[in-house]
This record gives sequence, structure tokens and C-alpha cells, in this order.
Amino acid sequence: MTPLSAYLLLSALLFSIGLAGALTRRNAILVLIGIELMLNAANLNFIAFWRFGPNPEAATGVMFAIFSIAIAAAEAAVGLALIIAIYRHFKTTDLDKIDSMKG
Amino acid sequence: MTPAFLILALVTLVSAIAAMSLRRLVHCALCLALCLAGLAGLFLTLDAEFVGFAQILVYIGAVAILIVFAILLTRGDEPAAQGPPARSWFFGPLVAVVVFATLGLAINAWTADRSWAPKPDAVAKKAVAVKQLGAKLMNDYVLPLEVIALLLTAALIGAVIIAMHEREAKP
Repeated sequence: MTPLSAYLLLSALLFSIGLAGALTRRNAILVLIGIELMLNAANLNFIAFWRFGPNPEAATGVMFAIFSIAIAAAEAAVGLALIIAIYRHFKTTDLDKIDSMKG
Repeated sequence: MTPAFLILALVTLVSAIAAMSLRRLVHCALCLALCLAGLAGLFLTLDAEFVGFAQILVYIGAVAILIVFAILLTRGDEPAAQGPPARSWFFGPLVAVVVFATLGLAINAWTADRSWAPKPDAVAKKAVAVKQLGAKLMNDYVLPLEVIALLLTAALIGAVIIAMHEREAKP
């Protein structure tokens, strides 16, 4: 049986990779991909803590992960719609070039 | 550690690094799909079957495809321009390393304190069945379920309105 700390370390690594990507990359879509990676790392933590927790019958971790997946789907839809709207306006998705709030 | 965990963790981490570091956007999106598939496998090894399959359906089936659509719609397939390296090339990974060090130290300290760590044999052998999950969703969690339904509807309408906003302004 894999210990809980292995899952937690994997989740921390995944979160750090997503954070590094979201802070470093200049394309808005890649920043969104980094945010998705961070959300998934949190989901892995929820599932791991539920599985190794004292009361798995309550299924709270699974419920939280399901709701988290639904919220991530809504976030991705709105985020990508925003990126497409910004692309229509600025003709680029480079975050360094999108620096004015007034069109 | 089981071999399944090691293989899935390796696939997930390598594809996550690739998704964040490759040059072409479409390759990044495909690596993200692979990373999400590895995570779904990890959920299956943790006996969370429903979450694993929901991960495949929602993330690989919808979110990854949505990202590919957005990449193609914004014609972002060209490699990024070779600009001067921004400061974030240094500070982004630095912040990430600091965050990982903090989390790693916390996890290390937690495993060192074995007194309240759950024992593996105390873990329930049987996973929660999908039937139980459905019953819980319809009884205990019916209010969050309705709120999520409202949120998804609002996000759907909002995404459509935002994405078609400037249609008539264009020639």
C-alpha cells in the first residue's frame, strides 16, 4: 500500500509545477492550464485524505472532489471565453502585451 | 509503494512538466490531457472510481477539448516570439520552489509525528459505491448540488455572452 505521504508529495509537486507555469508562461491559455493543474493537485489531496482518513464511509472527500471538478469545469469555460474575447479585442493572447484596461 | 502508483506518478509529473514547458500550445494541451489521465488513474488506485471516471469525462472529454478549441480559435499555434527573458522566468520557479519546500517540510514533519497518522490496516477495504454516492447527493448534499447546477447554468450563459460580445463591432 502506498503511504499517504507519497500522494501528498506528488500533489505538492504537481501544485508547484502548475504554479511555476502559471507565473512564468506568457500565453493566457497556458496560465489557465497551470491553474487547472493546481486545482487537480488539490483534488488529489482531497481523495488521498478521504481514502486514508478515519471515516471513509462518510465520503466527504469524494463529494468535495466532485463539486471541485464541476467548479473547475465552469471556471475553464468562463476563462476560455474571456481569452477568446480578449483575443478578438487585442489580437493576441500574450499577457505582456495586454496591459491596458481601456480598449 | 506499488508499481502502479510509481508509473502513474511518473506519467503525471513528466506530462505536467511537459505541459508547462513545451513551446507549441497544442502539444501543451495534449500533455495536459495525458497528465489528467494519469491523475484519473491515481484516483482509481485510491478506490475513488466515480471521481476517476468523472475526471476522464469532464477533464479529458470537455476541458482539454475546450482548451484545444481555444488554442485553434486564437491561432496560437505559432511558437512564442523570442522576446527578452522576463523577470518572471526567474521569480516564477523561485516562488514555486519555495512553495514546494514549505509543503514538503510540512508533510515531512507530519509523517515524522506518527502518533495520529491513520494506519493502513484501519483504512476501509471497500470503496464507496456509486449508488451510495447518488443517495448522498440527493439527500445530504442536495443544496450544494442545486447551487452547483445554478453555477454551471450561469457559467454557460456567461461564457456564451462573453465570447460573442464584440461580434457586431468587427467588420
